[in-house]
Amino acid sequence: MTTAPAKAGWRFRQPSVIPGFGLTLGFSLAYLTLIILIPLSGLIWRSAALGWTDFWAIATDRRTINALEISFGTAFIAASVNVVFGTIVAWVLVRYNFPGRRIVDAMVDLPFALPTAVAGIALTTLYAPNGWLGSLLAPLGIKVAYTPLGIVIALIFIGLPFVVRTVQPIMEEIDKEVEEVAATLGANRFQTIARVLLPGLAPAIVTGFALAFARGVGEYGSVIFIAGNLPYKSEIAPLLIVIRLEEYNYAAATAIAAIMLALSFVMLLVINLVQTWSRKRYG
Amino acid sequence: MEVRVANVRKEFERFPALHDVSLDIKSGELIALLGPSGSGKTTLLRLIAGLERPTKGKIFFGEEDASQKSIQERNVGFVFQHYALFRHMTVADNIGFGLKVRHGPSRPSAQEIRRRASELLDLVQLSGLEKRYPAQLSGGQRQRVALARAMAIEPAVLLLDEPFGALDAQVRRELRRWLRDIHDATGHTTVFVTHDQEEALELADRVVVMSQGSIEQVGTADEIYDTPNSPFVYGFIGESSALPVKVEDGQVWIADRPIGLSAPHAPQGEATLFFRPHDVDLVDECNGCIAGTVAASRRVAGTRRVELEIGGERQRVEIELPVDHPAAQKSRVAFRPRRWKLFPAP
Repeated sequence: MTTAPAKAGWRFRQPSVIPGFGLTLGFSLAYLTLIILIPLSGLIWRSAALGWTDFWAIATDRRTINALEISFGTAFIAASVNVVFGTIVAWVLVRYNFPGRRIVDAMVDLPFALPTAVAGIALTTLYAPNGWLGSLLAPLGIKVAYTPLGIVIALIFIGLPFVVRTVQPIMEEIDKEVEEVAATLGANRFQTIARVLLPGLAPAIVTGFALAFARGVGEYGSVIFIAGNLPYKSEIAPLLIVIRLEEYNYAAATAIAAIMLALSFVMLLVINLVQTWSRKRYG
Repeated sequence: MEVRVANVRKEFERFPALHDVSLDIKSGELIALLGPSGSGKTTLLRLIAGLERPTKGKIFFGEEDASQKSIQERNVGFVFQHYALFRHMTVADNIGFGLKVRHGPSRPSAQEIRRRASELLDLVQLSGLEKRYPAQLSGGQRQRVALARAMAIEPAVLLLDEPFGALDAQVRRELRRWLRDIHDATGHTTVFVTHDQEEALELADRVVVMSQGSIEQVGTADEIYDTPNSPFVYGFIGESSALPVKVEDGQVWIADRPIGLSAPHAPQGEATLFFRPHDVDLVDECNGCIAGTVAASRRVAGTRRVELEIGGERQRVEIELPVDHPAAQKSRVAFRPRRWKLFPAP
């Protein structure tokens, strides 16, 4: 082999002849440091001031664990629901032309634009035991507002556009011929969707899931109105952080934040690796 | 399997793409649908596949009326110009797809499907690439995989839509010969669409020439080239020159001079004379010939192509001369077509 000597363990990918590599890399690093890295390391720094025993005590506190479970659990359920229905919404928007399609398309973005507190209040009014939907569900024994179910609904509302907007462009690129060829080979509609179309969309769906999930974990505004915020039952981790802050217990607040940060980072990293793997395979 | 297209008409939103087309395809035949863009050749192919439904008329596979069947039931192998491979599947999975989606007893075992896939890969000369993904193959290789995938279901008829259109010239020539070999080996009834006449004439048992939604002529390469039955076919297939002429008293006239061609059966009146540029005799003295002033002369590969201006109307025609022929130096050339055909003026 006549490849370059493998002296360095790794190296930069050879930059192209188009100039600006050094400048843009420098700018990106400086920007990321300023906007993301410095605040986050400040967070870690503050929580490190606690000392290991105190940190561990806070991390293993029942209330903290419950809050984290609720935050990550509801975000996971909401993102999963959004993956299914978001993909269907995207499908309808891409595949069918119907009167009002543009309006529906624009409506998908509303959760992006709406102040989250407004969404929270609206949902609470709707799902409260005396609200429109809540009063219909109450006789069935289903309580939405002031329970984790309410949190899930708020997070579904918040997360939907993330899935739709990541899946939609990829769906638009699907070649009609691929579906036609599957049909000539004898695949029925269901088989075509399950074996041909969805696997092609998988990377986009995973991205949409990751975004909706990450957003759900961090969501505060819309959730606190509908959640009821009962400690151990429907108290989310961001709220617990705010509560600790209001108690001037900055160390505990940053400790919980650091745990959330670590968990989110690991999950997003895993999702990213899955994507890189699938992209390498399918090009 | 025999395929019969019977009086098929197809409209897209009131716009007719095919007018009353009928065509018989024999079992085991290799047929080319040839025509310019918009001639309806791809529409006809898609109708046979069931990817479109005819507005009127029927399509028979053998004795069965296939127009009533869904695409899935027709059992056709379709190959697209841009391959349409499943990106997320390996080559072997692509080829085995048609067998895997079958239900019940007609579905072979996983092992059998794998065996079949590698057998087909051998046939298309891509042995050993089972585990590759389409993104890792060249264009020519992808098209071979697409063909193997279509053949895996033992199709009643194999339909290819501009199969070599996206490939470069050399790969194209190579695949053309290779497709002929595969056809001879497997004997699938095959219909392919092309706008490349060389491809159609070289490859097909019979060529269907189409124009503006109708079939102009069906025949072997020899028939199409030697006895074109319409001005369109004469102009579309191969090189041709055309001159406006007049038929009177069984003679062909240009302006007020007979050109030495007798046409006893042609109808009197205005007509168009067609001939091949290379199919002419040069004459020295002109008593009954076509004579013209040399307007341009170009060297094309092994011959010289001379453009002549004929008569007062200065109609331009092309003839072909041997490279070293002295006539190319002259300012005036006289010739008589060796083989020619008259079509009444439109």
